[in-house]
Amino acid sequence: MSRAQGWRRAIAPATIAIACALPFLLSNFRLFQFTQVGIYAIALLGLNILTGYNGQISLGHGAFYALGAYTTAIMIDKWNVAYGWTIPVAGLLCLAVGFLFGIPALRLEGLYLALATFALALAVPQILKYFEHWTGGSQGIVLSKPDPPRGLGLSPDQWLYFVTLGVVVVLFVLGANLLRGRTGRAIVAIRDNPIAAQAMGVNGALYKSLTFGVSAAYTGVAGALSALAIAFVAPDAFNVFLSITFLVGIVIGGLASISGAIFGALFIQFVPNWAQEISKAAPWAIYGIFLIVFMYVMPRGIAGSLRLAWTRLARVGGTGRTG
Amino acid sequence: MEIFVQQVVSGLATGGIYGSVALALVMIYQATDVVNFAQGEMAMFSTYLAWSMLNAGVPYWAAFFATLAVAFVGGLLIERVVIRPVENAPVLTVVIVCIGLLVIFNSVAGWLYSYIQKPFPSPFPEKPFKIGDVFFGAHDLGALGVTLLVLLFLYVFFRYTTLGLAMRAAAQNPVSSRLCGIRVGWMLALGWGFAALVGAVAGMMIAPIVFLDPNMMSGILIYAFASATLGGFTSPGGAVLGGLIVGVVENLVGTYVRFIGTELKLTVALAMILIVLLVRPSGLFGRATVHRV
Amino acid sequence: MKRSSLVALALIGALGPLLVAGPAAAQSPGVTPTEVKIGNTNPYSGPASAYGTIGKALAAYFTKVNAEGGVNGRKIDFVTLDDGYSPPKTVEMVRRLVEQDQVAFVFQTLGTPTNSAIHKYLNQAKVPHLFVATGATKWGDPQHFPWTMGWQPTYQTEGHIYAQYVLRNVPNAKIGILYQNDDYGKDYVKGIKDGLGEAAKKLIALEQSYEVTDPTIDSQIVNLKNSGANVFYNVTIPKFAVQAIKKAHDIGWKPLHLLNNVSASVDVVLRPAGLEASKDLITALYLKDPTDPQWRNDAGMKDWLVFMQKYYPDGNTKDAFNVYAYTVAQGLVHVLKQCGKDLSRENIMRQAASIKDLALPLLLPGIKVNTSPTDFYPIEQEQLAKFDGERWVLFGEVYDAGKK
Repeated sequence: MSRAQGWRRAIAPATIAIACALPFLLSNFRLFQFTQVGIYAIALLGLNILTGYNGQISLGHGAFYALGAYTTAIMIDKWNVAYGWTIPVAGLLCLAVGFLFGIPALRLEGLYLALATFALALAVPQILKYFEHWTGGSQGIVLSKPDPPRGLGLSPDQWLYFVTLGVVVVLFVLGANLLRGRTGRAIVAIRDNPIAAQAMGVNGALYKSLTFGVSAAYTGVAGALSALAIAFVAPDAFNVFLSITFLVGIVIGGLASISGAIFGALFIQFVPNWAQEISKAAPWAIYGIFLIVFMYVMPRGIAGSLRLAWTRLARVGGTGRTG
Repeated sequence: MEIFVQQVVSGLATGGIYGSVALALVMIYQATDVVNFAQGEMAMFSTYLAWSMLNAGVPYWAAFFATLAVAFVGGLLIERVVIRPVENAPVLTVVIVCIGLLVIFNSVAGWLYSYIQKPFPSPFPEKPFKIGDVFFGAHDLGALGVTLLVLLFLYVFFRYTTLGLAMRAAAQNPVSSRLCGIRVGWMLALGWGFAALVGAVAGMMIAPIVFLDPNMMSGILIYAFASATLGGFTSPGGAVLGGLIVGVVENLVGTYVRFIGTELKLTVALAMILIVLLVRPSGLFGRATVHRV
Repeated sequence: MKRSSLVALALIGALGPLLVAGPAAAQSPGVTPTEVKIGNTNPYSGPASAYGTIGKALAAYFTKVNAEGGVNGRKIDFVTLDDGYSPPKTVEMVRRLVEQDQVAFVFQTLGTPTNSAIHKYLNQAKVPHLFVATGATKWGDPQHFPWTMGWQPTYQTEGHIYAQYVLRNVPNAKIGILYQNDDYGKDYVKGIKDGLGEAAKKLIALEQSYEVTDPTIDSQIVNLKNSGANVFYNVTIPKFAVQAIKKAHDIGWKPLHLLNNVSASVDVVLRPAGLEASKDLITALYLKDPTDPQWRNDAGMKDWLVFMQKYYPDGNTKDAFNVYAYTVAQGLVHVLKQCGKDLSRENIMRQAASIKDLALPLLLPGIKVNTSPTDFYPIEQEQLAKFDGERWVLFGEVYDAGKK
């Protein structure tokens, strides 16, 4: 094992260690922002499994995020379910809905699939407003922030951060195992060469709809956590721009990359804030320029560029030793 | 019966709007293989330029054609300057750049012209006319006529002119095209130029109906996507027809399907498009793509 | 790493005691002998950015106040942040304002869903949440939310006024409603229905909704005409109001047309729709319309124009939002003056809840701001007006929702 590889292995545990230290270093407000980053990272990993690894472009993941958020909100608000239970339920529900949506989506390719999912994202606010009895209509549902367990001495923000971090770690480890194993190779093979994959005995249809389901489940879990963190859900939070923001996140972060989800989450959380620091007159214009410049400098996203830099570094290091 | 006819007529009028923007989307897709999310905002921005000229006292048609020229050059420049650097990057990278353009145009238009909507003149008579009990808007008919004219122009251009054929070839198979001596880079730039031009026509036809404001196109672009998806992204005629179908179906659903009413009108229209896609995955009139293994 | 952890430690040092003691500590956050810090969110980006001008006009007004020496010797430090009209972003930005920027209070945060998202948070933290920029009814609930206060007449109040007018003046009314499918539209519909009471079911012939993303509302107008309605209750934002007035006129539908206050601008809505088509429209007003010729020589309007030229030259002088912002900023300055030296959060709230008959230059004559510990609706008066083809002609008495 080269030194470079050794360093790489250390990155994940080091990141987790830093993440665990944050609650004791940062103010509650900053911590809330990092909770959001964690939530976005889960959603982005979900979308990346589908779009980055499996090659199915979705412009509609905001819909699953909304489904997850409303599942949690309705269960807590109407049935008084403990919030901890609502997260897996949101995930499972989105898994089922995503899987079912994935079956007809099999017939669609590239652009048409993207636009079909876009339709899903568009319809969501209207549907949420229509079923007013359940969703509170355009007024939304107000929740309470979960209380930390007594005796831990944590603030609600710290507790929520740890809950989110826990979910992030579990889902990232699961995701990494899934993608690096046999299943992952099948998922990627379908993206790169569907016919060859079929010939090798991969059940393309099943894998594709399952990927859709898993991807939706990740995003749904993220949505559920966001309902807890914001303590409020309303149709206006789930407009078309949310789905587009997710797409921006995975492309900027790096397609088909697990760490890319984290970079992307940092980007969509913090860059719009910087944009408005620069100009209140036209913050979107600044954001747009950021997007374009980022894509020029790193056309394969942050993770892609880092990977490239890493390989170069390793090569330089390697030649250094032999020569 | 009267209400049915009136709803169909009014659906055709709105459908014409969708179709005209869908046409620009199809244009750029055919010419460059890119779905341009900034198409609507580019059209909106061109319309503001026309508005500025009209405001300065330029006669309508002079402003109209000047805007087309500016839009064409502008589209060309955007391809050369903004899209060029990511030409060889993954397709989603190009999509993100387009989204960047979308937010820039939207924000800058609001900053320059404010968000107050502005009336925009129509070259057609103001007064609607009445046949039997049904009202027809003169501008609606005129705008639909212009859209069909643009469609005819595109059809002839892509089918019968050397330049049009070269552009299609460049989009579909850049490598072979290059071998045939086609300057692929320029063909792509021309594609953006023409799409911007078609969009500008659409913008100037739409603004008299919905009034000009920086968010004028955001809703319409969504319907234009739906129309192009329904008609097929590879068929300009299909895109316009798709627009008309979406416009009419949406109105009839809102009018006759009582339990849905107007509150779920968009959802129903979208669901119907999904169903059509399941039967015809490349849209009603699109060519199915054949992959070589 | 080292530096950032130092910063973090400093942050904990600064925030720690405050957070433990709860933000309602004895000292007044955001207030120094020379300054008072005020927080605000507005959509400067995204689909609702048309409202952004309110935030900019507020900032401009406070610049003017500071140039003239501030309030009771204190300058106003107005921190306004972009939330893009997205509730999660509003939560983040308002938490930043309260916890990091340490504002004394939050003022004029814009939008119903966005304010709903921070309603509970601000009340738990006991931070004044003053004069929110939305017409929903829930902001005047001092019993449950003693730290939140509305400003403008509620949409429901306005609906009541129209209902009364219809009941008194239109025998055999058949009402057709066009509304935006969101909280704003639904509040207006609820207002008229409540006002009609028992008769609502019988009188309302047809309700039609539209989405903000719809390009046109032609289809809805056709259906409304076809329903045989002789009263048209038009609950639309300016963009669709223009279309609705024009379309109704074009297809020869001539009902009694009630246009909501949101779209009552002469230059932005009525003129583009056609003055002929707009004749005899009825609306309820509480602010002077900057584009209505009758206020051309009004002293308050002239001052406003001077202010716009000097402090907000980029702003549009046709935009009623800029009049709105100017007026609410004046209302706030009044409260701060009344606070005197004591700018503790409790006192700010106490003074906000004791405004007596405050007349502001751009409110209609006779309309006054009034609050009390049990009345958290500052402006509750409106007057009906009819458009005569050139200007809004006020008629009837000033309606007061506070006196029932």
